[in-house]
Amino acid sequence: MNTPAVETFDITRRFDDLVAVDSISIKVEQGELFGLLGPNGAGKTTLINMLSTMIPPSNGTARIWGVDVTNQPSRVRQNIGVVFQGTTLDDRLTGRENLDLHGRLYGLPKQLRKQRIDEVLELVELDDKAGVLVKTYSGGMMRRLEIARGLMHHPRVLFLDEPTLGLDPQTRNHIWDYIRRLNHEENVTIMLTTHYMEEADQLCERIAIIDHGGIKALDTPENLKDALGGDVIIFGTENETQASLLCKLYDENGSAGHVYYKDDSVSIMIQDGTHQIPHLLKIAIEAGIDILSVDLHRPTLDDVFLSHTGRDIRAEETSDVDRITYKLQGRRR
Amino acid sequence: MSDHGQGFKQDIHTAFNTVYTLWLREMLRFKRSKSRIIGSLATPLFFLVILGTAFNSSFQMRGGGGQTDFGFLAPGIIGMSILFSSLTGGVSIIWDREFGFLKEILIAPVPRFFVALGKALGGVTTAMIQGTLLMLIAFLLGVEYQSYLGMAASMGVMLLIGLGFIGLGIALASHTESHEGFQMIMTFITMPVLLLSGAFFRIGDLPQWMKTLVYLDPLTYGIMALRYTLIGETEIPINICLVALVLFALTTIGLGGYVFGKAKL
Ligand SMILES: Nc1ncnc2c1ncn2[C@@H]1O[C@H](COP(=O)(O)OP(=O)(O)OP(=O)(O)O)[C@@H](O)[C@H]1O
Ligand SMILES: [Mg+2]
Repeated sequence: MNTPAVETFDITRRFDDLVAVDSISIKVEQGELFGLLGPNGAGKTTLINMLSTMIPPSNGTARIWGVDVTNQPSRVRQNIGVVFQGTTLDDRLTGRENLDLHGRLYGLPKQLRKQRIDEVLELVELDDKAGVLVKTYSGGMMRRLEIARGLMHHPRVLFLDEPTLGLDPQTRNHIWDYIRRLNHEENVTIMLTTHYMEEADQLCERIAIIDHGGIKALDTPENLKDALGGDVIIFGTENETQASLLCKLYDENGSAGHVYYKDDSVSIMIQDGTHQIPHLLKIAIEAGIDILSVDLHRPTLDDVFLSHTGRDIRAEETSDVDRITYKLQGRRR
Repeated sequence: MSDHGQGFKQDIHTAFNTVYTLWLREMLRFKRSKSRIIGSLATPLFFLVILGTAFNSSFQMRGGGGQTDFGFLAPGIIGMSILFSSLTGGVSIIWDREFGFLKEILIAPVPRFFVALGKALGGVTTAMIQGTLLMLIAFLLGVEYQSYLGMAASMGVMLLIGLGFIGLGIALASHTESHEGFQMIMTFITMPVLLLSGAFFRIGDLPQWMKTLVYLDPLTYGIMALRYTLIGETEIPINICLVALVLFALTTIGLGGYVFGKAKL
């Protein structure tokens, strides 16, 4: 059995009274592309900061490639690359100079440094911009340069904190490609954080859902979705009272799987949804609740997130307008 | 060679490498900021020309061995420019924090003390380039220095002053998180240090309370040493000046390196 790439043991971090990361124990295997999915303030960055030795845990510890983050931080640092949530480039230098300084800090000899700079620049397709001041780069280009820099010294584990935050969908897709490629071609173990469902879904081999500092679920995206049962049915009702009433009815009735309501709609996770709808509708009608709309789909990660946290990840950070646009885009696909 | 010896050699190599890398970064940035170089020379030159002319016409020199006011002022103004640029260089850690680059340095597997030292040497090099340029410009404007050797020696003095104040800047900036902090440092350190240093006046005739403050000001010893090397005049023996400057530089660099080592994100 190989040493895990990342293993945490009840790792905890407090800021005064606030528990930002609450006793998390997870294991990431070598070569994995692992995702931490959670809303703003879930504790993702705090966890990454502890794993990358930037802040000490309040309790518990972690090992990166078998090396303890609290006892041997400098040995851990040799083994990891980190792309932080905000930019950490020197924007008054060129892309190549940023990479060169990084190579020097990690002790790469001249010849290797040169070769490596060319390799990573090619990987993120920034060769033609290498001699230009970073100040003039777009957000996506800066992100790519940072990923390239994190790879310079052949880290065993690469931490990416929200690698595509705030980027447009096209750039995001590009960055996903780079991440996949470096996971395969460079054989780097990758642990990334995100609050984008599609990112976790499409990119990561396994994901951990993190909320309020704790891990709520951990598995492959497929397994997480399958665990909800075969289908998701969503009934639209007139108002929240009706929704909650209906929710309670289904709960008592017991024939439905997991049931939740949010605002005026009720979500039911159930096997063989197509054949269950008539029965469920009957229960509603008998109780005098008007059903205004019916939607049936395979579970998405949104449903997974909702079922584990009782909240909709997007509701908390995206404005309504954004959410509508998002849904429209989703339909068009 | 023993394992221990290998490890030690490796450590020395890492230390040197770290210092050089951080120094190189400062140089690359300096190279790009031509306007900053000109700007940083303009302020001291205004001081030199305007103050020098004003002093000349408004009051007679007392006991100044035949040197013009320009000659008396030039070392003071050079010291001032070293003070400004080295403090700014040290305090630039605040900007590194603000723009994120600090994380890139802190995450690297290198000893932080040498990171701070490299940054200090980079800033000092910048300050010395400015100080030397200023010295030459003053020369072209007619200031008479005592000898070429003295001019060369003054660069050594610039180095010591620079190290002292950049170390101080790093120590103060390592735990400062904001613009306001930067403003505070600049206001409450730069001006008193400059004005009390004897850069603009002779200290012999001052009232006792002020003399005490002047002797407590590390820049005083720098200005005196510059004046000694450049125009052969000083009110404090050069040996004392040099000892004071070396102690000041060692203390602040040590302190700066230590405090930076404890710096948080
Ligand atoms: N230095 C700090 N001092 C005090 N509280 C902090 C500090 N850093 C983080 N926190 C708190 O810890 C919690 C977790 O923050 P963290 O940055 O880890 O969340 P996150 O999952 O990365 O969120 P986001 O998606 O917004 O980046 C938040 O409530 C935050 O306010
Ligand atoms: Mg974060």
